Amino acid sequence: MKRINKTFLTFLIALLPMMAMAQIDGEFIKPRTGKFLLQNATVHTITKGVLSGASVLIENGKILQVGSNVSADGAEVIDCSGMVIYPGMIDSGTTLGLAEVSSVAETVDYQEIGNVTPNMQALTAVNPNSEAIPVTRVSGVTTVIAKPSGGLFPGTAALINLVGYTPDQMYAGFKAVAMNFPSSARRGRFDRRSDADIKKDNEKALKDANELMEKAKQYHELSSKGAELEYYPEIAQLAKVISKELPLMIEVNAASDIQNAIKWVKDMDIRVIFSGVKEGWRVADEIAEAGIPVITGPVQDLPSRQSDRYDAAYTNAGKLAKAGVKVALRTNETENVRNLPFHAAFAAAYGMGKEEAWKAVTINPAEIFGLGDQLGSIEAGKVANLIVATEDPFETRSQIMHVFINGYRIPLSNRHIRLYQEFLERSPDLNAN
Amino acid sequence: MKKINILLALCLSLCLSFSWAQTPKGSVLIKNGTVLTVTNGTYENTDVLIQDGVIKKIGKDLNAPSGVTTVDATGKYVMPGIIDAHSHVALDVVNEATAPIVAEVRMKDVVNPYEIGIYRALAGGVTISHAMHGSANVVGGQNATLKHRWGSSNPEDIIMQDAPRTIKFALGENPTRVHGRGNGIQPRSRMGVEAILRNGFNEALQYKKAWEDFNKAKSQKGSTAVAPEYNERLQTLVDILDGKIIIHCHSYRADEIYMLINVARDFGIDKLVFQHTNEGFKVAPEIAEYTMGASVFADWWAYKFEVYYSTAFNAAILHRNGAITSINSDSAELIRHLYHEAAKTQRYGNLSDDEALSMITINPARQLGIDDKVGSLEEGKHGDVAIFEGHPLSSYAIPQMTFVDGIKYFDINEDQDDQRQQVSPTETVEPILLTEHNHRCMQDTEHLFETASALFQMNQ
Repeated sequence: MKRINKTFLTFLIALLPMMAMAQIDGEFIKPRTGKFLLQNATVHTITKGVLSGASVLIENGKILQVGSNVSADGAEVIDCSGMVIYPGMIDSGTTLGLAEVSSVAETVDYQEIGNVTPNMQALTAVNPNSEAIPVTRVSGVTTVIAKPSGGLFPGTAALINLVGYTPDQMYAGFKAVAMNFPSSARRGRFDRRSDADIKKDNEKALKDANELMEKAKQYHELSSKGAELEYYPEIAQLAKVISKELPLMIEVNAASDIQNAIKWVKDMDIRVIFSGVKEGWRVADEIAEAGIPVITGPVQDLPSRQSDRYDAAYTNAGKLAKAGVKVALRTNETENVRNLPFHAAFAAAYGMGKEEAWKAVTINPAEIFGLGDQLGSIEAGKVANLIVATEDPFETRSQIMHVFINGYRIPLSNRHIRLYQEFLERSPDLNAN
Repeated sequence: MKKINILLALCLSLCLSFSWAQTPKGSVLIKNGTVLTVTNGTYENTDVLIQDGVIKKIGKDLNAPSGVTTVDATGKYVMPGIIDAHSHVALDVVNEATAPIVAEVRMKDVVNPYEIGIYRALAGGVTISHAMHGSANVVGGQNATLKHRWGSSNPEDIIMQDAPRTIKFALGENPTRVHGRGNGIQPRSRMGVEAILRNGFNEALQYKKAWEDFNKAKSQKGSTAVAPEYNERLQTLVDILDGKIIIHCHSYRADEIYMLINVARDFGIDKLVFQHTNEGFKVAPEIAEYTMGASVFADWWAYKFEVYYSTAFNAAILHRNGAITSINSDSAELIRHLYHEAAKTQRYGNLSDDEALSMITINPARQLGIDDKVGSLEEGKHGDVAIFEGHPLSSYAIPQMTFVDGIKYFDINEDQDDQRQQVSPTETVEPILLTEHNHRCMQDTEHLFETASALFQMNQ
């Protein structure tokens, strides 16, 4: 009996690898790093013009060389003849990775309880394995701001690259404290507060903000003089704005609020970025004069007022850029960040022009985030975030052929594509039973 | 004498009201554009002549009959007016969420011709929208097919009177949430949804039989038969069973889609279109074989659990499997760029230009039962036309002019800053809406749930 068991067991163990193999349905393609030569394409560098018949050499996550006479030198050669190469696109405002299914509260991590929570870190809540990440990056969006939302100071936003299995691997080197500037606008049709109540709420919120900034200032002064301070994580985080370690990313949209926000920051010696800025076109000159960079979008959006032109949101980015504002674009999306190129196309068509629109999703955000020497263009020495496409990636008919993030060659698959492969010709089909 | 006067007056007023009810029709010659007929190919340097609201001729070097204005479309693209098979634009209310079946409700009664959304849709080349009841009920109200005749103050003028009747159904999370969890009654599950449908149709069959029995008995000599009590709700279900109404069913998961196909087959219903249909791709062969197809989003997913396992290739898979497929907006925002949404089928599935354009023109027309009148540029069809700068499937396309029945309702060069027809007399300061409530499928059910923001997330 024992012997039979032993023989059987040996037999089973011998079979194990085969049994396991039977469960595996093909090779899994992983992102891989190495030395790559993207050969013979039209390279849109963004900062150094358009180079035709040019190649890009990548190694160790960086762009090594760009030009027409680049030798492979042991690199894996990828023929890009007839194709275009652009820098990976940057979406400057998303909740990607912070929510999986928006209506299921258990999967939503971009909003904390409390009105003053600047110490909440979006970066720690980003799920590197969110299904939406591979769905996003095959569109050519390689880098996004993951941003918390909610109260007056909802938390700290972070810039992430869409490759990696830990937040630290994804972190792209920029954080900002988010603020929702007290708003005179309504939150939607359901917001039935009276005009007087909105004004009252506003004044109180601004008073709170002033007090908090004052506290942060004291905190910073004391701590920089080496004082021993009580544990006060909210104010400690706001103090980083005072010390200019982090910028304040102020969400502000209605025209009068934008004017108030400009006034509010005027005498503060801090780094400021405006986000949203939906009615920016109404006060574009004032924003330009204040020299505050703007993250605006979504572009494909309704006007904020019934009386506005139908294309108010389409034209906003272009009007801001024309006034001299440095503009970056955002989708403000979670699962459809992949539409960033199409938002940029609409901005381009409605007054911004293609060149400016490309900057608004590449070099402009890189510079706004203080990463102008690392991201946002195809130049030697920069991080190898780039995309290869059959044609202008803003066009829907363009197919993205290769995506590199942090020098990793990204597999161009995701659940949407796998479902296409499974169901285009279903088996069993209709007639089988 | 007096009687005759009254009769005359009645006649006159009847005549007048008939003439008022007649929709305005125009004539125009659109010269020298690239004409995308959708159903019969593309013609360069070609003219389209619309006379009295109808496409009279498509050809080269046409002359304008006297009194007909000419529009120069050189270098521009001329396509059929875009049709949105799922919209809530121009509706004052969307949901009658009081019972799992509210078939008697009519969206025609709540059409608001003043809504600026109509003009904004025109500015996206959209001439027809299917103004639908919301998705709170298993059997919702009857929808209205609208023609975007902006500028009228009469709701009747923007209703497409010769479109067939359609009705909204809804499966899955929305009706189970509203009734099962909100009101504590069936359905709370997808089992309950099927039961509501089968019970409803069986009751309708009994109702139909009761009337048939009565009508038979009534004709007997000396009959004392008493008529059954009239019930508009059941009569509407009977009309569905009799093939007089097209079902447009909000649905997401493959299992619930398959369930409704089976219910429809059991009751002999073949006028059935699925709406949203995010998992339609999983049962594409069945949808193709047994229904009038699916009307889908280009790329929406993951906003609620029942759309988590979606693919942006849905439209392409459905189409390749032979299902009639359209792309809709269900949104006051998306409706403005359906041409762009249709273009996404080229990114996700490599559809040809005509295939992509058919998803916002002839295919939704077929699903609304109006493809004999609109949905392509063909002689004899309505003069519903959109003119674009740039190919409409390019991301850089800009709609230039939109015509309904030969009358121009949008012209980018005549667009004013404020296009509202009417400003509320009680409004002192115009509200600024930052997150405009785009998606109104679940509007008017707010009271059933904790917060409006929770509602916003379950809208679609």
